Amino acid sequence: MATPLVVAEVFKSFIMHLREGIRLPVVNDVNFSVASGECVVLGGPSGIGKSSILKMLYGNYAVDAGQILVAHRDKIVNIANADPRTVLDVRRHTMGYVSQFLRTVPRVCTLDVVAEPLLARGLETGEAREEASALLSQLNLPRELWGLPPATFSGGEQQRVNIARGFITDHSILLLDEPTASLDARNRRVVIEMITEKKRNGVALLGIFHDEEVREAVADRVLDVMQFSPRKAAA
Amino acid sequence: MSEAPLLKVNAVSKFYGQRIGCKEVSFELWPGEVLAIVGESGSGKTTLLNCISTRLLPTTGSVEYAMRDGSIRDLYHMSEAERRFLMRTDWGFVHQNPADGLRMTVSAGANVGERLMAVGNRHYGNIRSTAIDWLTRVEIGTDRIDDAPRAFSGGMRQRLQIARNLVTGPRLVFMDEPTGGLDVSVQARLLDLVRGLVNDLGLAAIIVTHDLAVARLLSHRMMVMKDGHVIEHGLTDRVLDDPREPYTQLLVSSILQV
Amino acid sequence: MSLEVPFDGGLAEYNFAYLDEQTKRMIRRAILKAIAIPGYQVPFASREMPMPYGWGTGGVQVTASILGPDDVLKVIDQGADDTTNAVSIRAFFQKVANVAVTTHTKDATIIQTRHRIPEQTLSEGQVLVYQVPIPEPLRFLEPRETETRKMHALEEYGLMHVKLYEDIAHNGRISKTYAYPVKVAGRYVMDPSPTPKFDNPKMHMSDALQLFGAGREKRIYAIPPHTEVVSLDFDDHPFEIQRFDKPCALCGAENVYLDEVILDDKGGRMFVCSDTDHCEERREQGHAGELLARQEAAE
Repeated sequence: MATPLVVAEVFKSFIMHLREGIRLPVVNDVNFSVASGECVVLGGPSGIGKSSILKMLYGNYAVDAGQILVAHRDKIVNIANADPRTVLDVRRHTMGYVSQFLRTVPRVCTLDVVAEPLLARGLETGEAREEASALLSQLNLPRELWGLPPATFSGGEQQRVNIARGFITDHSILLLDEPTASLDARNRRVVIEMITEKKRNGVALLGIFHDEEVREAVADRVLDVMQFSPRKAAA
Repeated sequence: MSEAPLLKVNAVSKFYGQRIGCKEVSFELWPGEVLAIVGESGSGKTTLLNCISTRLLPTTGSVEYAMRDGSIRDLYHMSEAERRFLMRTDWGFVHQNPADGLRMTVSAGANVGERLMAVGNRHYGNIRSTAIDWLTRVEIGTDRIDDAPRAFSGGMRQRLQIARNLVTGPRLVFMDEPTGGLDVSVQARLLDLVRGLVNDLGLAAIIVTHDLAVARLLSHRMMVMKDGHVIEHGLTDRVLDDPREPYTQLLVSSILQV
Repeated sequence: MSLEVPFDGGLAEYNFAYLDEQTKRMIRRAILKAIAIPGYQVPFASREMPMPYGWGTGGVQVTASILGPDDVLKVIDQGADDTTNAVSIRAFFQKVANVAVTTHTKDATIIQTRHRIPEQTLSEGQVLVYQVPIPEPLRFLEPRETETRKMHALEEYGLMHVKLYEDIAHNGRISKTYAYPVKVAGRYVMDPSPTPKFDNPKMHMSDALQLFGAGREKRIYAIPPHTEVVSLDFDDHPFEIQRFDKPCALCGAENVYLDEVILDDKGGRMFVCSDTDHCEERREQGHAGELLARQEAAE
């Protein structure tokens, strides 16, 4: 089984220049990998660095040391030192990310927000909208909302838009940051179904799920982030 | 991913006597890429923009540009005629104050059509229908085509300036604080418009702004300037989510949260 | 006590044609340069003339510099030989150069004009001198002189069409009727002075030399004989000259430029040749227009 994501010896800290330059260690010596068709769930208490790991993988956080290796277009790219252009290309074609909150784009209607990742990859507008419609129906988002920008939607509605946008592509790696946090039971089950479908298609998934039910349903293994915590070392 | 950068800036410095405008700035810009240059007033971002766009000659350094025919030219060694031709065909420049980039006394249609006429278009009907098309794209009612921009609101003027610049299908657009001086709601509309156009047309752009929200929304990559130097450079998300330099941290922490 | 000034014959002698020889030399050099670069505005050190700016000081300086004792001078203003401006400039050169003057186009060697080109086709050896108020065709679109000079140098004339575009947008057609921009010898865009566009085609491939002098603006430009002069236009809005419904009321001439003359305060009016010499000549040859025919019938 292929392993499209390998994280090796990654260290991360923040230096707070505005507070006399104190150094806040976040994670030390992170090592793990995710195989195709596998869903790995990051576990551990809040504030332990789970979201930070996802953000490093996606390139939003720089790392102090170590490698984040991603199989991208027949090559291995190290996100830890890749130039911005490469990171953007990896995001476009290889690694998707569903965040907790939708970063809303003003004035763009829901259908197009969801279809955008496909358009960015060069798909026809009609085809992209069709796929977006299919996903939005699957997630039970009322059809009346499709033509409106999601900025004024409720938390649960926005999250479903966000999920649809994240799941629409056939990215081989998908990072999920609490995608089910504000969903009702019915839609949580839809998301579980969608994640299972991704696994069947060989996508490597790495996620944070606080919801017990979802975690039980999707996780192949749970990675305890506590083992990377610098606080553990201090204790 | 295209294989060659569109623009290559090598160690560009501009001194005003003893004072530094910008110092030793180097970067590459690729086709379709949007770069934001951020920093406070006086940090040298506009000086840098003016140097790169050849509106100002730097003290030292060079800028290479990949022409439409594939040849690579050093901008500072082109003849003025070639440079001016480049500026009104393959480039756009959007000024903060639309009055600097528009002809305020001629109609909106003529403002959009000027570049077409400058490259030899001599068919009134075609020029006019292209102008109508572009006014629609920037959301200006086509019934305003014969009005002078003096009769337009600030947001409309800025949208007209953008249409005027994009009509020749440029590959690179420079923007100097494109949303400065506009109401927040007008800003949002303009940003969204620019974002859409940049995506649809695959434009490369260099945007000077002091507004980090503008940078976040529009740019892929970001350069932070202070006292004429580039102090931080990287993926926009990275610079804003995990700023490394003291000044960038200050800048990011100074954003008002709504 | 008033100072006695000695006079010989009343007036101190002027140098021939008023200007001193050094000034004429300078202006001739500017003229030669202008002829060498058709349509290009050559700067020159315009002198104070004994008449106000706007009365043709540029044209007068050009005429003074090329005038010789054997020349025959004709001066017209709006096509007429007998209006104030024409009469005073003619008198001026009679006084300061003692040259022969005429009102007949075909007899003149130098014709100084304001606003018109004579109807009679000019021939080789004749020189037409235009009085120019504003030589810069781009002036009202681009106020910076540094910029317009650069635009001429780099042949950036898109702006000229912007002006024509505006005309069509607002009036449905190119409504500009005078000072209609032309491109000379395929290179420089030029303002033909405030002549009606009716006269533009006469500039094209003319046998005569055409010189333009702008006194206040200190510019001289030229169209050498046999030079291509093209009026700017759009493919779908081609250049057209004015058309008149009726022939001249006095001489019956068609395809000439007509002036409107108000006859009374009851709405009576007539259209007559703006070129007075042309009109008189035709009447001498026995042509009669509507009004003249009516008068004769009444007698």
